[in-house]
Amino acid sequence: MKKIAISLYVVITVALMIWGYYQAIYVAPNDAMQGEIFRIIYYHVPSWAAAFLGLSVSVAGSIGYLAYRRSFPNRAQMADAWAVAGAEVGVVFLTVGLTTGPLWGRRAWGIWWTWDARLTTSLVLWLIYVSYLLLRRFAAGPQMQTLAAVLGIFGALDVPIVYMSNRWWRTQHPAPVFGGAQGSGMDPSMVGALMWNMLAWFAWGVLILAIRYTVERQQQKIAAAEAQAALEV
Amino acid sequence: MKSPLLTHLVKDLRIEWRSREAVNSMLFFALLVVVLFSLAFSPQGAFSQEISGGVICVATLFASMSALNQAWAREIRHQVLDAQRMAPTPGAELFLAKVLANFLFVSIVQLVLAPVFLVFYNLHVAGQAWLLALVLPLGTWALVANGTFFAALSIRSRNRELLLPLILFPIFMPALLGMVLATGSILTGDSDPMLWIKMLLGYDIIFTTVSLLLFDVVLHAE
Repeated sequence: MKKIAISLYVVITVALMIWGYYQAIYVAPNDAMQGEIFRIIYYHVPSWAAAFLGLSVSVAGSIGYLAYRRSFPNRAQMADAWAVAGAEVGVVFLTVGLTTGPLWGRRAWGIWWTWDARLTTSLVLWLIYVSYLLLRRFAAGPQMQTLAAVLGIFGALDVPIVYMSNRWWRTQHPAPVFGGAQGSGMDPSMVGALMWNMLAWFAWGVLILAIRYTVERQQQKIAAAEAQAALEV
Repeated sequence: MKSPLLTHLVKDLRIEWRSREAVNSMLFFALLVVVLFSLAFSPQGAFSQEISGGVICVATLFASMSALNQAWAREIRHQVLDAQRMAPTPGAELFLAKVLANFLFVSIVQLVLAPVFLVFYNLHVAGQAWLLALVLPLGTWALVANGTFFAALSIRSRNRELLLPLILFPIFMPALLGMVLATGSILTGDSDPMLWIKMLLGYDIIFTTVSLLLFDVVLHAE
């Protein structure tokens, strides 16, 4: 039953991504001002959403690990697996966002990169979580999990400060498209395509997050079994 | 009976007073960075006013790495850190003592370096010079508080000397930005640095509080 549910979810996710691609490339009309190039929004915005999903899971996992590490060791291990899975998935999607952004920026702004609030925030976010993954490589065992959880919390604290400081400094990124001021928002013919892609990439993000979590849990069990075997010999 | 904080602080200051390792190495390193930057950019006139704020902050940042790495490495010898872990005192006091000691060392380095810097970069302060006495300590505190915390964190890993800058620099970035922009706007006198001073103050309060709260977790990680 469980296998069927998982396979069904995978099939739905892939179908959603194909449908989203069709909507984005063939159905949605050209942008009045930007022409074809704006279509990257259908991949750029959803990948940010997926990145934030991953990073939120990671922060929640870090806090959960610190909260449970003394009282419920098993729950703490699960939280730690979520933390590492979320961080890795988040970094991958941040990389996608940081790659698609400049591709668009080169055409729309004429420059690849600018030190504006959102760009800098996302770059610093990427740097923080890469350093988080590096820390996990450099240390080992349960102490590494504790240290990584602490760094994860520090990283999450840093993000709003980076964002605010850069907003005061200078900004060039387009103002929020949704929920912004008068005149923001998309034409209804484009919203559909964006929503399909958001859904598809969200489902894809959840899928690889779950896969990564399962792999990490397996590795934890193998490591625990090896430690146990070493003790018994 | 002295408080644990005072005991740790006096011990660190005494060790430094006898060896002068941290201050001397930081001083020479910072001097090298200042000279290297002035060779690389040949700062003159208005350009020198603009970049010098950034140069002094980055020089402090690089120089403090050596002292921060040493701060805990010293405690590892003869299992001093294990003894401190077993001592029935809060880890926060140990942490705060280390931060205060290192803050003092880095501030001494900045004070000695400042005249050299003014000469090499032909600076005159166009804004309110006394504000520098606010900006530099605030920025240094942000650097030293986070640096001491992450040095204690990375001491448990392999490649500890390498790991500290890798995890400290991304976290420190907003404070560095605030410090550079505040120093720059004081030196050029173009804009008002108060916004950045407030931001640095906020950063210091948030990160010092979290460090104090989480230090026991890092100290007792096993």
